[in-house]
Amino acid sequence: MSRKILLKHIDVPGIRGLKAYRENGGYQALEKALKSMKPDEVTEEVKKSGLRGRGGAGFPAGMKWSFIAKPEGVPRYLVCNADESEPGTFKDRYLMSHLPHALIEGMIVSSFALGANTSYIYIRGEMLYVYHILEEAIAEAYEAGLLGKNILGSGFSLDLYVHPGGGAYICGEETALIESLEGKRGNPRIKPPFPAVKGVWGCPTVVNNVETIASVPHIVNMGGDEYAKIGIGKSTGTKLISACGHINKPGVYEIELGLPAEEFLYSDNYCGGIRNGKKLKAVVAGGSSVPILPGELFLKTANGEPRLMSYESLADGGFASGTMLGSGGFIVMDEDTSIVKNLWNFTRFYHHESCGQCSPCREGTGWMEKLLHKFLDGHATIEDIDLLWDIQSKIEGKTICPLGDAAAWPVASAIRHFRSEFEEYVKNPHSIKDVKHYFRINNLVEQ
Amino acid sequence: MRHKDKSEVVFSDDASALIAKIIKRYPVGKQKSAILPVLHIAQAEFDGWLSVPVMDKVSEILSIQPIEVYEVASFYTMFNLKPVGKCVIEVCRTGPCWLMGAEDIVKYIEKKLNIKEGQTSSDGMFTLKTVECLASCGTAPMMQIGQTYHENLTTNKVDDILDDYRNQGVCISHFAKDKIKA
Ligand SMILES: Cc1cc2nc3c(=O)[nH]c(=O)nc-3n(C[C@H](O)[C@H](O)[C@H](O)COP(=O)(O)O)c2cc1C
Ligand code: SF4
Ligand code: FES
Repeated sequence: MSRKILLKHIDVPGIRGLKAYRENGGYQALEKALKSMKPDEVTEEVKKSGLRGRGGAGFPAGMKWSFIAKPEGVPRYLVCNADESEPGTFKDRYLMSHLPHALIEGMIVSSFALGANTSYIYIRGEMLYVYHILEEAIAEAYEAGLLGKNILGSGFSLDLYVHPGGGAYICGEETALIESLEGKRGNPRIKPPFPAVKGVWGCPTVVNNVETIASVPHIVNMGGDEYAKIGIGKSTGTKLISACGHINKPGVYEIELGLPAEEFLYSDNYCGGIRNGKKLKAVVAGGSSVPILPGELFLKTANGEPRLMSYESLADGGFASGTMLGSGGFIVMDEDTSIVKNLWNFTRFYHHESCGQCSPCREGTGWMEKLLHKFLDGHATIEDIDLLWDIQSKIEGKTICPLGDAAAWPVASAIRHFRSEFEEYVKNPHSIKDVKHYFRINNLVEQ
Repeated sequence: MRHKDKSEVVFSDDASALIAKIIKRYPVGKQKSAILPVLHIAQAEFDGWLSVPVMDKVSEILSIQPIEVYEVASFYTMFNLKPVGKCVIEVCRTGPCWLMGAEDIVKYIEKKLNIKEGQTSSDGMFTLKTVECLASCGTAPMMQIGQTYHENLTTNKVDDILDDYRNQGVCISHFAKDKIKA
């Protein structure tokens, strides 16, 4: 089994509460940081650790922190991105609902490093039950003097609040999240200025993912250099992977980065292989936005090297034969899955979630959804495949925020790797109807 | 309609106190930031949906223009702008759940309640909505009712769950007002 850091104590009874969390080493990093370190020293350790943002883009966290502007007399803010809504991703909800204090401790230590005296956790509105768990844990932390004025006599003060969203995938994009926190529609902002200079209410702001922030106390405890020894190359540390789809053991797994992909998919310590004895067809390795890979290319790179669960190895081969680690939303499809129908569903999702500011994204996602529907209805022509390709290529890189790319990449990769399946729908329009069990769960009774 | 205009919209004392607390979480003058939590509270107070008088009342509470509330309420999918049943069923319809049979769950509920997605059953008990990935893909197919995630659904399970809610007969909402402490 891989080394566990974030989830080490997840099975301890009562770990959701402050008492059990403290008894298992909780809030030691807070004491260490506030009592014996300067804010910049904390940032330095995070830099040394090589920790990369766990929200999807993988940007080095320490570097992001060092960009924050520090104009005199202007407050700075840390905002935790707990909007988790990338299809296939469910690690942040898992972490927050079981270990709320891990996030809270991370928020306090990170706010200290950034010099923020008010911080927010922006949580998906749909997760209101987790909102209530966090509220309770925050109240406990205030009571124990871990939040509020002059924390542990250090002179550092912090108010921490949870803020619920209202249901909008786009609010996971950091500038849309900031707009939303200001009480507006979630329309992403044009960058620059970056949030580190002009974020919420025009003040310097850092936005980090739940898992990124929850990793910080561990880095403070063990030291950045020690943390950097875990993992492989520039993929340091452990990563939560939420595994779903047609596997025997769906769930959230903490892996040491660099774990062989084959072991992750087939070992009983993790996904446990494909369910019902079926064969593997395809994997979407990092949330719905990343390119889909046929099973063989997921397990081995185009050069025949075994694929590893790391930022670099999953990206090996670029978009021609690789993908991305993304958010760690790991979706597995067995041999009976219709790639075209799944793609239609994803594209419908992006169309629904487009904020509508940029024409390529607003119109393009709708056109792609309509075209894909033609395949499902049996009315598509061979030219429609090229048209789909053309549309996606005109969205990618031409929009305000990366949702446009996120909508384009699944389409491009599906055509790149599964073109024959699209052609089959054109040649044999009834094939989609012939295969009844594309999306059936076994224990559902026929109606 | 329950309220003719905003003057008839009266929040309970608990809700008003909670709103006052929440507004203080944001810097002075930035009270507009409280709009999402306040709309959640309003929806929980007034039958699970936001009427124009309710939204007007919220704009008054936050000292902003009514249009600023309408544009937000219409952007976010959790806010219902039409009356709903006592119990809103939200079935996840996104890829990973679809792979595991969500399509069948939606069809089953439609047939069982004799409604289509987006409609309310004739007894006013259930409204069926489909929603996007609720970060529960490992326990697909799934649906949310109020605060509760119902996971690893089968049609038998759906029967039991809906029977339970029907027997309770009360209005179920996302927001549990009593749990806010800070
Ligand atoms: C459409 C879209 C949705 C996103 N959703 C999320 C999300 O739900 N959670 C998240 O942490 N980051 C999300 N991101 C990435 C954020 O913009 C941002 O990069 C991240 O929160 C930064 O934190 P990190 O550096 O710690 O990963 C999303 C980005 C885009 C373009
Ligand atoms: S790319 Fe799409 S979601 Fe992003 S700003 Fe443009 S229209 Fe909005
Ligand atoms: S796809 Fe349904 S919970 Fe993620």
